[in-house]
Amino acid sequence: MRREIPLLITSIAGLVFAISYFIPHWPFGESESIFGDWITIVQSFAIWLGALNLLKVSFEKIYRKRKDSLYAGVIIFCLVATLIIGFYDGFSGLMQEPEVSFRAPGTHFDWVFVYIYTPLSSTMFAMLAFFVASASYRAFRARNFEATLLLIAAFFVMGGRVPLFDLPLLKLGISDVPYFSLFADWIMSYPLTGGMTAIMIGIALGIMSSSLRIILGIERSHVGGA
Amino acid sequence: MSELIGVWLAALLTLGIFSFLYKDNPIYKICESIFVGVSAGYWAIVFFFDNIIKKFWYGVFPTDNSEPNYLLWFGAFLGFLMLLRLSSKIGWIARWPLAFIVGATAGLYMMIYFVSNAMLQISSTMRNVVAVNPETSAIVWGETIGSVIIAVGVLSGLVYFFFSKEHKGVFGQTAKVGIWFLMITFGAHFGYTVMSRMSLLIGRVDFLFTDWLHLLK
Repeated sequence: MRREIPLLITSIAGLVFAISYFIPHWPFGESESIFGDWITIVQSFAIWLGALNLLKVSFEKIYRKRKDSLYAGVIIFCLVATLIIGFYDGFSGLMQEPEVSFRAPGTHFDWVFVYIYTPLSSTMFAMLAFFVASASYRAFRARNFEATLLLIAAFFVMGGRVPLFDLPLLKLGISDVPYFSLFADWIMSYPLTGGMTAIMIGIALGIMSSSLRIILGIERSHVGGA
Repeated sequence: MSELIGVWLAALLTLGIFSFLYKDNPIYKICESIFVGVSAGYWAIVFFFDNIIKKFWYGVFPTDNSEPNYLLWFGAFLGFLMLLRLSSKIGWIARWPLAFIVGATAGLYMMIYFVSNAMLQISSTMRNVVAVNPETSAIVWGETIGSVIIAVGVLSGLVYFFFSKEHKGVFGQTAKVGIWFLMITFGAHFGYTVMSRMSLLIGRVDFLFTDWLHLLK
């Protein structure tokens, strides 16, 4: 019961979407549309599940007086404060005529997004520049031919994206043509396209076979089976 | 005034995150916790108003003269079942909506990837290898060589991904060429990713020096 019903639901949902591609008429076409709406709604609840679980885990940390309970308190405060601001802006915007979006410039929620969320997220990703640089310094060794190809491609693409490498050629009057940038563009246009297309076709075949395994009930890990 | 407070707050949070470059410290951990809390709250609100209110609530109780869509109640019911995951006793019921999401995504992706990634990529690779200038009817050697490189890259890359036959002889040599193409692809992607991260870093430093300290105009 605990595994059979989820497997049946998986198969029906998967088959409806797969068949509706070939038969976009009643009942499959309509079912696809309805299922699409349901997915959107369930996804929203899943996001809320994540937020509530974060609250639960953080409260547990404080209750058990773990050493990082201070940070759990910060998480709870920020999460609840963002929710209160969002609900306030959202519902007050819905009551106005015409409706005002909770994300409209000038709202409190937009202030949170611009001055807290955006700086934090972009700085987090910007920090990766340092880690990637240090990782590549350790990992990039031209040990064999394949590794050398990887190194050369990365070197030219990085150099070609900024004017720094072309500058000596242009400034010293050696050439009027930005060869570095052109070679980087050539790598992106031809060898990269060839390799990427092969990878994308491989991914597509892999996803198709995995999807088929899920729909046919061979792959059962999502319902707690092996 | 709120902009001034916002810029100062953003600058302090930016510096707080960058403090991790020295070593892991309490200021970084507080900024990290703020990020976790704010982003969880932000997306919960976005999904609540965009989907639960606008899709479900307005669908069931339309404000205009359109027909109510009562089938959306079942989506909300599945969503409610998802929240039961928080309970240790009846948390297993959350497998039902999860099974629905997994099955629907599998069915949807199977067809999307079949069309866009497999068929479309194959058809775009099967283009005319010899590029000709339509005005002069002369062969454009640069594009022709590029097309040959793409075709060789795709075929050899696919041969490398074919593991049902042992990579020996001509097959093995072709797979080796495929590895070369894949290495160039990974290298180029790596370089591209590094540069995108660099542009983000430049953006943050620019914010600190321009908007916060006003040292740059």
